[in-house]
Amino acid sequence: MLRLVSAASRPASNGWLSRIACSDCRNNRRQSFSSTSARKADITLTVDGKEVTVPQGSALIQACEAAGATIPRFCYHDRLAIAGNCRMCLVEVERSPKPVASCAMPAMPGSKVFTNTPLVHEAREGVMEFLLANHPLDCPICDQGGECDLQDQSMRYGSDRTRFHEITGKRAVEDKELGPLVKTSMNRCIQCTRCVRFANEVAGVEELGTTGRGNDMQIGMYVEKTMDSELSGNIVDLCPVGALTSKPYAFHARPWELKNTESIDVFDAVGSNIRVDSRGVQVMRVQPRTNDDVNEEWISDKTRYAYDGLRFQRLTTPLVKQGDRFVASSWEDALAAVVAGLARSGAKGDEIQAVAGQFADTESLVALKDFVNKLGSDNTTLDQARGSAFPVAGVDVRSNYLFNATIPGVEQADVILLIGSNPRHEAAVLNSRIRKSWIHTGLEVGLIGERVDTTYGYDYLGQDAKALADFIAGKGEFARKFAAAKHPLIIVGSAIGEHADGPAVYNALGTFTEKNKSKLITSEWNGFAVLQRAASRAAAYDIGFVPSRKAAATKPKFIYLLNADDIDPASIPRDAFVVYQGHHGDLGAQLADVCLPSTTWVNTEGRSQLGRAAVPPPGAAREDWKIIRALSEILDHALPYDDVLALRDRMWELSPSLVRYDTLEYTSPDIALVGLKALVAHHASAKVSGVPFLKPIANFYQTDPISRASVTMAQCTRAFVKGEQSRFSESEKPSQAAYA
Amino acid sequence: MGDEMSTVKSAHRVRHKDDSTEELSSEDSARSLGRRCFATVQDTPVRRYGGLKDQDRIFTNAYLRHDHGIKGALSRGDWHRTKDILLKGDSWIIQSIKDSGLRGRGGAGFPSGLKWSFMNKPGWEKDPRPRYLVVNADEGEPGTCKDREILRGDPHKLVEGCLVAGRGMNATAAYIYIRGEFCQEAAHLQQAITEAYKAGFLGKNACGSGYAFDVYLHRGAGAYICGEETALIESLEGKQGKPRLKPPFPADVGLFGCPSTVANVETVAVAPTICRRGPSWFAGFGRERNQGTKLFCISGHVNNPCVVEEEMSIPLKDLVEKHAGGVRGGWDNLLGIIPGGSSVPVLPKPRCEEVLMDFDSLKDAQSGLGTGAVIVMDKSTDIVAAIARFSQFYKHESCGQCTPCREGTTWMMNMMNRFVEGRGHPREIDMLLELTKQVEGRTICALGDAAAWPIQGLMRHFRPEVERRIAEYRAREGGVLFGGRPIRDVDPALAIPDDLGGQLPEVASPAAP
Repeated sequence: MLRLVSAASRPASNGWLSRIACSDCRNNRRQSFSSTSARKADITLTVDGKEVTVPQGSALIQACEAAGATIPRFCYHDRLAIAGNCRMCLVEVERSPKPVASCAMPAMPGSKVFTNTPLVHEAREGVMEFLLANHPLDCPICDQGGECDLQDQSMRYGSDRTRFHEITGKRAVEDKELGPLVKTSMNRCIQCTRCVRFANEVAGVEELGTTGRGNDMQIGMYVEKTMDSELSGNIVDLCPVGALTSKPYAFHARPWELKNTESIDVFDAVGSNIRVDSRGVQVMRVQPRTNDDVNEEWISDKTRYAYDGLRFQRLTTPLVKQGDRFVASSWEDALAAVVAGLARSGAKGDEIQAVAGQFADTESLVALKDFVNKLGSDNTTLDQARGSAFPVAGVDVRSNYLFNATIPGVEQADVILLIGSNPRHEAAVLNSRIRKSWIHTGLEVGLIGERVDTTYGYDYLGQDAKALADFIAGKGEFARKFAAAKHPLIIVGSAIGEHADGPAVYNALGTFTEKNKSKLITSEWNGFAVLQRAASRAAAYDIGFVPSRKAAATKPKFIYLLNADDIDPASIPRDAFVVYQGHHGDLGAQLADVCLPSTTWVNTEGRSQLGRAAVPPPGAAREDWKIIRALSEILDHALPYDDVLALRDRMWELSPSLVRYDTLEYTSPDIALVGLKALVAHHASAKVSGVPFLKPIANFYQTDPISRASVTMAQCTRAFVKGEQSRFSESEKPSQAAYA
Repeated sequence: MGDEMSTVKSAHRVRHKDDSTEELSSEDSARSLGRRCFATVQDTPVRRYGGLKDQDRIFTNAYLRHDHGIKGALSRGDWHRTKDILLKGDSWIIQSIKDSGLRGRGGAGFPSGLKWSFMNKPGWEKDPRPRYLVVNADEGEPGTCKDREILRGDPHKLVEGCLVAGRGMNATAAYIYIRGEFCQEAAHLQQAITEAYKAGFLGKNACGSGYAFDVYLHRGAGAYICGEETALIESLEGKQGKPRLKPPFPADVGLFGCPSTVANVETVAVAPTICRRGPSWFAGFGRERNQGTKLFCISGHVNNPCVVEEEMSIPLKDLVEKHAGGVRGGWDNLLGIIPGGSSVPVLPKPRCEEVLMDFDSLKDAQSGLGTGAVIVMDKSTDIVAAIARFSQFYKHESCGQCTPCREGTTWMMNMMNRFVEGRGHPREIDMLLELTKQVEGRTICALGDAAAWPIQGLMRHFRPEVERRIAEYRAREGGVLFGGRPIRDVDPALAIPDDLGGQLPEVASPAAP
């Protein structure tokens, strides 16, 4: 130890780790145990007599957590700025006269922290008493009951009876109207300001804040309006008490009654990790799961609240069209009707068309493609504009249609160019990352396409391919910023592929990217990213669920719609026989001759994630791939897999990355460049028409059969899209959702 | 040895004082230096503090009897060879302030030289950020009115102080955050700033020294909490005036994210005079570690309420008798004195006779110097109502950010309001004290402490008065439950929880004989 005395600032600890760190310092960091050089130095401190090593710059509360000491907290949240105002996380630090708030205090090397002393207990009990003094204590009628931080921590730090008997009574606060999603009960608020910080930092709703001071401080919108954000539902999760609860879920269930199923969100291509809470056969609510690589801890409101759409408009039994109406039938009859229809339509080869919608899971896509291929057709198309044509970006190289920069990689970018995309609606959670980066770093954003409110500032370059040409030519200030960037990022919206100028745009971008490959495509950074917006799309491209060029030109006689509801009815020939397989009686079903009631998705960055069914299918409905398997058997083209494991083996054959769950397969820069070269060569003759790029999603809340069937989403549309400032409180006319 | 050294030091100081005041006989001091023995150690005259001479006053126009503009200021010696002070450099200025023993005049009493030196950490030159001096002129503490006099009568002292202090901490600009209610003061200060710019004392080449320095005036909007340094910074940035967490301290991340130091008006305004007359002159006043002169504001039940500049460590009684014309109705009519503004505990009469007006003496007396706002209360005062009024003030001014202060100040105010008429249970006094302990030291800023201390002081020295009122109320109105509900208001048909104190046996107060 004597050798260490020379450095006064060095922690005087005997810990093994710290000694390694010290020897490391002496040798000028020649011996580095960690290969990542960006990591900050570690510091060692003592928590409750236990030595713990944490990265420099950690808060004391993180060091305490690392040491296994549980610190109660209300205001602290590791994804939000530190407020330090609840004072619940007080700990005792040696040589500090007062207890310190561990969330606000940086961990100092060598300090001795005590989390379990009488002083700490007394301090926390004092804070808890103050919190409970003005809290209504209405736990029996509070939706937060059972998952309430205040309830949990009062079990440890609260008194069993109150000393607060003032005749002046408790504080009363008027409830706020935040829209159809978030229900407020402001009497319960403990002013932790988590919601305020979330709204300001992540969601970009800067109108939410605190007004008044002292005991009259209130949380609310500065001006009376609803909280218009795609991420507003997250403040319900953040609220440590029952002040902000979910309006659609109000009084529907208690947390201990719910079965939790970990699954994947399919409402956009981000693939947010979710937990589906169900009771019996009903989905009661959807909550986010933490995945730092995808959605952090947030999910969009559509993900969270569209679940009530699962209850309405469902197809529960096979339907066969007789005359102008559908007649319920058995599975045998329905499948026989499909076989008969196929024979009657006389469809041969490419005249058999399969259309995959945005919810289709990879298993059914593989099964459907195998099935259609067995019938001699290559006509596998997608349910989107120009979906029946060969995709503009091609499917040979993954990096041409994936979000190569990766979702967390967005935060490394210092200049982002958005082309024909509004990430706020197409990938709301991803958008929050851009905003985070925009706030905390000097991120510059440019936009080509329709003007939208992105929650961050951007340079508007223009609305069409000509603006892109100007950018590439280096005109304008933003082009200079882009050229000077270290990690430039181009985000191409999925709508570009559906646009008339798509080939020209891809051609121009391919050339531009190749020219700037030293910055855009390196071994660490791939700044060419395509933002898909449908959950099934990346997987469909991965397995080649696209028509061959010959098939794309063929007029279909037999059309098999797999969850395809966005299809343009005009594109379906009048004499074609149409089978619709799906869960909702939406647009697609209306077109169908037979309706068959009916789970792995690949997200926009090419990450395979496994979804799990939370509730059994209603009525006679079956899983998608099983229907296709059954149909194939009746048609004497039986698919060679009998269970989902065998099906996944088949997926492995097609592309191993499909079953390597939760990992990313990076495309090497060489391959990515080859892909771009092919792209450029293919579209070399593309002409620019100058049609403006329009945002593909006009109404964020209703983009698919489930959200169109959802009452909550309809209310959101009314409140946020149509801007009807009607009140949604249950004090007035009870909403339909309350009884749904 | 230690004693001897201190003797030498103090003798030296006395001699120095002789030079400047030329009052004591120089023969006397020469003797004490010449023949040093144990006898002289015992002979050290007991030094009486106070009686500041006019020539030692720093704020010579505190009463606005003369011109507050630049002409008057120049005639009073402001801006005299400021260039030379600036050219001496930052370390000289900071060392002078350190040697002078100046402690922050805003209430906390942190050594100013040390605080300012935090701005000049090694390698500060490499930091490209601008650096700010922020002057706290948001004087809102009840009873305090010293900065107002400076701003009104001697604004040039402050402006010059900004420049000198700013040079010391290598600041690029000074922001003066003035209380919104100070209209005349803001006008005078703005006038002084404008005049100083015109005269070339500020700006790109301040006083011809080549140092660029700007001074900006910002008017607050009337929140007491904005006098807290980090809340002031927030307010200056245009946000809600809510205290920030420390660390990071403003010297690292302050105003607009840049290194900043917040200093009180008086602290800044005395800096040029200290530099000009030398730190030893300033250090010659007051006791060790409490040196200097200070503006005291004496208000309340005195014959002549006033703001007066006096030597630190002046006995409280002397201060009141000499400058404020004594307590109304004589010293024996005194009930208690709050020696440092509303946020420090009250002192009862016996304590008032012995304390010296400096940081350490008042701290030993379980009070504090605070801002030096002496609030004198004679026997006609309803002391409980007075402290309850303070509680109302703190409840009203709590920013609401952190839990103990937000909830605690309201709770304490409610209890104090009841105690004014005695409507409470005797046991609630201890509960109130416990509440003050739950607030004190648990909050982000010092407002929680400031709200708790007056109540603690009241209960420490005037608890019998509170108990008497409670007893009288109970004798008059019958029993009172916890929380203030009279027992007679309670419907006996209802099941009343037994923890409301209604059934408790009556016991005599522990303080009663």
